[in-house]
Amino acid sequence: MIKQERMQVVKQQQIAHQIFELTVQGALATEMAEPGQFVHIRVADSFEPLLRRPISVASIDLEASQFTMIYRAEGRGTGLLAEKKPGDTIDVLGPLGHGFPIEEAEKKAYLIGGGIGVPPLYELAKQLNSRGIQTVHILGFESKQAVFYEEKFRELGETHIATVDGSHGTQGFVTHILNELPTDFDTYYSCGPTPMLEAVQWAYPQKKGFLSYEQRMGCGIGACFACVCRTTKSETDYIKVCSDGPVFPAGVVIS
Amino acid sequence: MSDLTVKLPGLNLKNPIMPASGCFGFGKEYAQLYDLSQLGAIMIKATTVETRLGNPTPRVAETASGMLNAIGLQNPGLEKVTEQELPWLEQYDVPIIANVAGTTTEDYVEVAKKISQSPNVQALEINISCPNVKQGGITFGTDPNVARELTRAVKEVSAVPVYIKLSPNVTNIVSIAKAVEEGGADGITMINTLLGMRMDTKTGRPIIANITGGLSGPAIKPVALRMVYEVSQHTKLPIIGMGGVTNVDDVIDFLSAGASAVAVGTANFVNPFVCPEIIGQLPERLHELGFDSVEQLVGRSHRL
Repeated sequence: MIKQERMQVVKQQQIAHQIFELTVQGALATEMAEPGQFVHIRVADSFEPLLRRPISVASIDLEASQFTMIYRAEGRGTGLLAEKKPGDTIDVLGPLGHGFPIEEAEKKAYLIGGGIGVPPLYELAKQLNSRGIQTVHILGFESKQAVFYEEKFRELGETHIATVDGSHGTQGFVTHILNELPTDFDTYYSCGPTPMLEAVQWAYPQKKGFLSYEQRMGCGIGACFACVCRTTKSETDYIKVCSDGPVFPAGVVIS
Repeated sequence: MSDLTVKLPGLNLKNPIMPASGCFGFGKEYAQLYDLSQLGAIMIKATTVETRLGNPTPRVAETASGMLNAIGLQNPGLEKVTEQELPWLEQYDVPIIANVAGTTTEDYVEVAKKISQSPNVQALEINISCPNVKQGGITFGTDPNVARELTRAVKEVSAVPVYIKLSPNVTNIVSIAKAVEEGGADGITMINTLLGMRMDTKTGRPIIANITGGLSGPAIKPVALRMVYEVSQHTKLPIIGMGGVTNVDDVIDFLSAGASAVAVGTANFVNPFVCPEIIGQLPERLHELGFDSVEQLVGRSHRL
C-alpha cells in the first residue's frame, strides 16, 4: 500500500563520485514488496524545488523497518537530499510502481545495470539468491570513480564491470561484456539508460527479460500523465512509467 | 462548528475544496490513498470525443516554485469516460464536474451533451483555455465573441449547469468573463495555466517537447488572485478559483478575492493528501479568523 511518511534518516554517505547512499527508517519500509519499486521524495519543506524526486531503492530491511536508496546528486533537488543527516526527517511517498517479477527466473538470471540504474538490481540480486537463483551481474559505469557496490554484488555472484573510459574493468558498455558471456541463463533483468535497455533487448531477443525505464515524472502515482511511453500492446494508449512500470517485460515499451 | 457547505449552480458542496482537472486523473490513483467522498467535488480530466494520445515527452519541467506541463489533453475519449470512468466514480458520494475539451464547436457540443447525462456529473467545466493543443483549446478562450458563442452552443445541449474555464493568457480577462456570462454560463472556473517555457541551459533547446507548456503551482497564485478579484467584481457569476493553492490560507485568500469554491491542482503532485488536509484544517482556520461559514468569506476583499 502507498504511504506518505516523514521517515528518519539513519545513515547517509557518499560512496562514489556524486553517488550517495541514504538509509531511512519508518513504517513505510515494511510496505516494500518488490525490488525495483521506487519512492518519491520531497527534498525540502518549501515549494522550492516544488516536485518530488523519484529515487530507486537499493536494499530493504523489513526487520529493521529500513530501506536504503542510492542516488546521484547532480541537480538542485538531489543536492539538497545529499545534505540530509542522521536524525533529520524526510517526506517519503511510496512504495510506488511495479518492480521486477522475481518469480519469473528459473535457475540463472543476468542482472544488467548502467550507472544510477544499478541500485535496484542489488535488492533484486539478494531476493533472487535467497530463492536459489544464480545471478550474474553485468554493471556499467562512466569511470572508476563512479563505480559502487562492486564488492557487494560479488558476494552474491559473478560480477563484471564495464567503464566507458576503461579506468576499471572492461572498457566500453555492458554490451561489450555481454558479447563475451555465455547465454546459459533463462531470464534477464535490466535497469539503466534507455539506449542501454534497447541494446540489451537486441542482444537477447529469445530470452525472457524485464526492463526498468526512466521518464520525467510529475505525481509518481499515475494521475498526471507526464511519464508516458508508447507501447507495442496498443496503438491508442500509452503506458505510464510510474504506475504501470517502471518495470515492463522486454518488447512492450517503444522508446 | 463552522459551516463549510457551498451552494452553486448544480452543486451542493459539503466543502469548497476540489481537485482541479488534469491533476487528479479520474480519481482512481488518489482513491488508493483516501476516501474521495471527503472532497467537495472532483473535476475530472478533460474529455474529448475521441481518444487522445497527447503530446510527446518530456511533458513536464520544474520551474521556480512551479512547473510547466504540456500533456496535451491525453484522455481515453468520451465513450470510455462515460462507460467506465464515471460509473466507477459513482461509488463515492461526491459530485463530479466534467471537464469538456475539443477542437471544434461540434466537438464541445457532442461531449457536453453526452457527458452531462451521466448521473454523477452535476456540472460541466468547459475547457476553452488549454494552452497545449494546436487546435481548439485556448483559441476558444481568447476571443470574447468566440467564447460567447461556444458557451451558447454548449448551454443549449447540456443537462447540467455550465462553468467556463478561463485562460489567463489574455489582455483583458474581464471581457472574456462578461462574454461567457452573456452566452448563458452558470459559473466560471479560473485560472488555467499561464503559457511558459524552460530552456536546457547546456543545449539551448526548450525542455518541453511541445516547446511551450502551461505554468502552474505556487508561482502563479498572485496572478490567479488578481484575476479572480477583477472578474468577481464585474460579473454576477460564481467563481471556482484556482492557481497555486497549496494550503488552507491560500483557500482563504481565494475566497476573500471573490471565489465561492477553490480547486487544488499541482499541489496534489507534491502532497497527494493536500485536499483532505485542507478540508480538515478549514473549520479551525475559519474560526480563528472570526467566521462561522465559508460563504461569509466570499468576496470579503470587495467590502473592505
